[in-house]
Amino acid sequence: MTKATADRATAPNSFAARHVGPRADDVRAMLATLGYDSLEAFTSAVVPESIRLRRPLALAPGLDEPGVLAVMRDLASRNKVFRSYLGQGYSGTVTPTVIQRNVLENPGWYTAYTPYQAEIAQGRLEALLNFQTVVSDFTGLEIANASLLDEGTAAAEAMAMTLAVVKHEGTPIFLMDAGCHAQTIAVVQTRAESRGVEVRVADPDAFEFGANVIGCLLQYPANDGGVRDFRGVAEKAHEAGALVTVATDLLALALLTPPGEWGADIAVGNSQRFGVPLGYGGPHAAFFATRDAYKRHIPGRIIGVSRDSSGKPALRMALQTREQHIRRDKATSNVCTAQVLLAVMASMYAVYHGPEGIRAIATRVHDRTTALAAALRGWGFALTHDAFFDTVSVGVTAEQQRGILAAGVARRINFRAIGTDRIVVAFDETVTAADLADVIACFHGGDEVTPPVPGVSAIPAALRRTSGYLTHPVFNRYHSETEMLRYLRGLESKDLSLTAAMIPLGSCTMKLNATTEMMPVSWPEFGAIHPFAPLDQTQGYAEMFRQLESQLAEITGFSAVSLQPNAGSQGEYAGLLVIRAWHRSRGDEHRTVCLIPASAHGTNPASAVMAGMTVVPVASDANGNIDVADLKAKAALHAPNLAALMVTYPSTHGVFEGSISEICAVVHEHGGQVYMDGANMNAQVGLCRPGDIGADVCHLNLHKTFCIPHGGGGPGMGPIGVAAHLAPFLPGHPVVSLGHAHAAGTVSAGPWGSPSILPISYIYILLMGAEGLTWATEIAILVANYVAKRLEGHYDLLYSGENGLVAHECILDTRPFKQSAGIEVEDIAKRIIDFGFHPPTVSFPVPGTLMVEPTESESKEELDRFIDALVAIREEIRAVESGAADRSNNVLKHSPHTLEQVISDSWDRPYSREQAAFPTPGLRERKSWPTVGRIDSAFGDRNLVCTCPPMEAYS
Amino acid sequence: MDIPEKLKYSVEHEWLAEDGTVGVTAFAVEQIGDIVFVELPAVGSMIEATKPFGVIESVKAVSELFAPASGKVVAVNDALNDAPETVAADCYGAGWLIKVELTNPADLTALRDAAGYRDLIANQ
Repeated sequence: MTKATADRATAPNSFAARHVGPRADDVRAMLATLGYDSLEAFTSAVVPESIRLRRPLALAPGLDEPGVLAVMRDLASRNKVFRSYLGQGYSGTVTPTVIQRNVLENPGWYTAYTPYQAEIAQGRLEALLNFQTVVSDFTGLEIANASLLDEGTAAAEAMAMTLAVVKHEGTPIFLMDAGCHAQTIAVVQTRAESRGVEVRVADPDAFEFGANVIGCLLQYPANDGGVRDFRGVAEKAHEAGALVTVATDLLALALLTPPGEWGADIAVGNSQRFGVPLGYGGPHAAFFATRDAYKRHIPGRIIGVSRDSSGKPALRMALQTREQHIRRDKATSNVCTAQVLLAVMASMYAVYHGPEGIRAIATRVHDRTTALAAALRGWGFALTHDAFFDTVSVGVTAEQQRGILAAGVARRINFRAIGTDRIVVAFDETVTAADLADVIACFHGGDEVTPPVPGVSAIPAALRRTSGYLTHPVFNRYHSETEMLRYLRGLESKDLSLTAAMIPLGSCTMKLNATTEMMPVSWPEFGAIHPFAPLDQTQGYAEMFRQLESQLAEITGFSAVSLQPNAGSQGEYAGLLVIRAWHRSRGDEHRTVCLIPASAHGTNPASAVMAGMTVVPVASDANGNIDVADLKAKAALHAPNLAALMVTYPSTHGVFEGSISEICAVVHEHGGQVYMDGANMNAQVGLCRPGDIGADVCHLNLHKTFCIPHGGGGPGMGPIGVAAHLAPFLPGHPVVSLGHAHAAGTVSAGPWGSPSILPISYIYILLMGAEGLTWATEIAILVANYVAKRLEGHYDLLYSGENGLVAHECILDTRPFKQSAGIEVEDIAKRIIDFGFHPPTVSFPVPGTLMVEPTESESKEELDRFIDALVAIREEIRAVESGAADRSNNVLKHSPHTLEQVISDSWDRPYSREQAAFPTPGLRERKSWPTVGRIDSAFGDRNLVCTCPPMEAYS
Repeated sequence: MDIPEKLKYSVEHEWLAEDGTVGVTAFAVEQIGDIVFVELPAVGSMIEATKPFGVIESVKAVSELFAPASGKVVAVNDALNDAPETVAADCYGAGWLIKVELTNPADLTALRDAAGYRDLIANQ
C-alpha cells in the first residue's frame, strides 16, 4: 500500500477508520513493540512473498456511510413488496416491534457468539430453551434442538439420522411424499445421492415399505395445502421398522393433531412464520424434534439444564460429543451452528403471544382461508382438497389462470400457479379483511364483492388438536409490552456481547458489525420478500447478488461464486459436491479420497463424509504445519483415487505456511482438487488470494471476515468461490433457475441461502473499498502479533511462522500449568470471565490451549486491558506454583465469581472478595458479571432435560 | 494407581477377568474424564479382539472401547445406563462393562499381566 492510499483509508472520518480500532499512533507503537518501522515491512515479514498479491484489489474506492445508504435505498426501490400468498414453507408474518427493535436490531443480541461460555450466556440459553419447548410442545415430540439452518437441510438431517439409527442391508431407501416442498426434495436428494441412499418420491398411500426402506418423510400440511391423516402410513412404516419424519408448520399445529401424537419419530420445519421476516428466503430457524430414544443422534446444538457450582439450575449446550468437532468423520452431520438470533425471535413470538394468542392467530388465518374457500366454491370453482389449514388449491382453466395471475399483479398480489390448471393461495397472519376481499376480487373478474364470512372448519375432526401447548409460565407472563421489554432486556443483560467487551475467540473473527451495515436488514424491501417472488419484483436483490459475487470473486481470485450455502459447513459440503461432480463428469467416479490435515476443524472430515468421500488424515510436523513429506506420500499412495485436499489457510494453527503453493501443486499433480477452508480469510483479504495460491474452491464465512454478526450462534453464510472449470457445477435450485449447467445438487432451501443478511457484507465491502479491506487485514495481523509479543515471558506461544510471527491469531500454551499448578485451560478461561472478557477459544485446535484472535476492530486500549488480564492471571497461577495459594482452593478453581457469591455473608475463601471480583481497578468502572457459577456439564449430560423446567426448580 | 494382579490388560486399557468380565482400567478412567454415557453391545452379539465393541463418552470426548479378546457377549452391565459414573467410581467392580464367553483362548497371550501393564502406562 502506498503512502497516499494509506492516508485516504485512514483519514479519521473514513468508515475504514471507524471499523479499524487502533489509531495511527497506536499502530506505530505496536509496530515499535514488534521491532518494525512500517506496516508494509511488518506485513512482508508475515506473508510469504511467493503468494503476496502485489496489486490493489480491483474494487471501487470506499464510500462514506450516507453514500452507501443511498446506494442501498436505490437497490431497495428495485425490490417490489407485493403481498405474496405463495406458501411453500414461507409465510408472511407480523414481527412484534418490541422483538424487532430489541432483538433483531439490537447488538446486545446480534453480536454475541455461540454460547460456549455458558456462564456469560444464560440469557440466550434461556431463550433457546424456550425455543426447544415451543417446538417440543407444538410437534408433540419429547426433545428438540436449538434450531438448524433451514427446512430443507433439517429434512436432510432427518434422513441422515434415520440412516444412522435404522439397521439396513443393501442400498437403503428413503421414501418422500410427493407433497413435500420442491426445495426439500432437492436438498434431501442431493444429500442422499452422495451417501448412497435411494430416494423414492411418491404419494404416501402408494409407499411400499420393503426390506431396505429406512424411513419416510411426510409433509403435513402438504405443499399445496392438503391436510391428510397419515396414521395408516405411520403404522405401516413402524411395522417395517422404518422411521417416520414429518415436515410441518408450527402455526398449523396450533389447530392440528401434532405429528408426535400420530406416529412421527422426527418432526422438522421452518419456524419463520413465528415473527421472522421472509428475507427473500432467510435467515430463518428450522426446527428438529424427535423421540427421547434418539437423543444421542440429534444433529446440531441442544440446550440442556444442569447446575452450577452452587447447585443452582444453569443452562449450557448439552451432549456435545455428538457433534462434528468431537466425532469428526464419524459424526452423523457436519452441522456446527444454529440460527440462534432467529430462533430467539421465534421463541419470543411465542412468549409474547402465549398459547391463547397463538391459537387466535391460527384460528384467524384458518377462518380467512375457509372464507376464501366458501366464496370460491360459491362461484363454482373446484378445490383440490377439502381438508386444509391456510392454503387452498383451486382448479382453473388456463385462461382463468392467466386472468387471475394478472389481476393479482395489478393489485400487487402474488399467487402460485401449478401447471396450467391450478392456482394455490396460501394465507398468513398478515391477511386482513381487505386483503381477503382483494384476493376474492382477483378470482371474480375483478368485481367488488361483499366481504365473505368464514366457512366451517376445514380441519377434519380426527385431526383437530386436543392437547395443550405453551403451558409453562414463561409463555403466560409477558403479554404486555412493558413486561416483554423487561424480559428481553433482562435476558440480554446476562450475556456478554461485543457491546460489553472484546470477544477474542480464535477462528471466529469477532470484528465490528457496523450499524450502517445492519440498517437495511429490517427494511421491508429486503425483509418482506418471498423467496419465490417473480424475478421482475426482485431486481434490487439480483443486482446486489451480481455485485457481491463479483466482489467476492475478485477478493478470492476465483471466476464464479455461489451464494447458496447457509453456513461455513454447508460451504464445505457444497464445495466438495462440486469437486465430486467435476470428477464424475470426467469419468472419475472412483476419485473419492479426501486428504485432511490432522489439525483441521472437525467439520472438514464430517463434510467430506457427507459428500461421499473417504477421509485420509495427513500428519502435522513439530511446528504445527502440514507435514509435506507425509502429504506427498499419501497423495502418491492414493493418486488413482485422490479427489481432494481440504486445507485451511492460514493454517488452523494461525500460521502462514510457506509451503502452501507446493502443497497445492502436489495435490494437482496427483489428480486431486484443492478445497481451501476460508475460516481464516481475515488474514488474506487484499494480501493474497486462494485462487492465486492454487485452490480450486474456497468457502467464505461471511459472518467472520465480512461482518455478518454471529447472532449469538447463527445466522451465518458460507458462499463458495470456484475456479472456472468448476463453475458449471455450482449448486442449483428446483424452483428458481440459477443457470448452472451441471449443478451438483441443491444444498439450501433458499436459492441464495439467506439473502436478507447479504447487504451486511455488501455494504462492508462498499464502505471499505480495496484499500480499507487490505488495511483491515494488515491491522488484524498486527494486533495478533502484538498480543503474542506482549505475552512473551508469561505464556508460551505454541506455533509461529518464519520470523517468529503469527497470522491473525495466536495459540497460547497453557498445558504446562496442569503440572506446575494443577490449573487447567478451563480454569483460566473461566477466570478471564471475572475480568469482564469473553475467553478465547478453548482447546481448539490443540487440546489444553487458548487461541486468541483479537481482530482489527479492537482498540489498543482494549487489547492492553485484555493482555493485562492475562498477565494478572499468570501471576495468580504463579502464586499456586510457589505455594502461596492452594492447588485446589484458589481463585482460578472457583472462577467465575457471581455477584451473589462475592457479597454472600458466608464468604469463606482463602482470597479476598476484591481479588475475586475486581482483580484490576478498571473493573470497578465497567464489568460484565457472570450470572451463574461454573457449570457442571457432566451432571446435565447424565440427567438430560431440554425443555423449560418447572418453576419450582428455580425457587 | 490401582492395577489388580489377578486381571489381564490390553494396550487399549481394557481389563479382562478370568470369568470373562471386561472393564476399563483406572488409567483409562483418569484419561477420559467425567463419564456421562456408555454404549455397549447387545447380549448375544459377537465381539472381536482389538476391534471396537462400544463407546464411552465424557463431556468432552468420545472414546471407543476395544475388545481385549474375541467372544460372545453373555451379559451387559445395564446399570450403567442410569449411572455411567459408576465406571469411574469403581472401574474394577460395579463399573464392569460386559461379560464375554471367549471363543479364542489364544487371544489371552496377547494381553499383559499387571506388571506388564504397569510398564505400559509408565511410558505414556
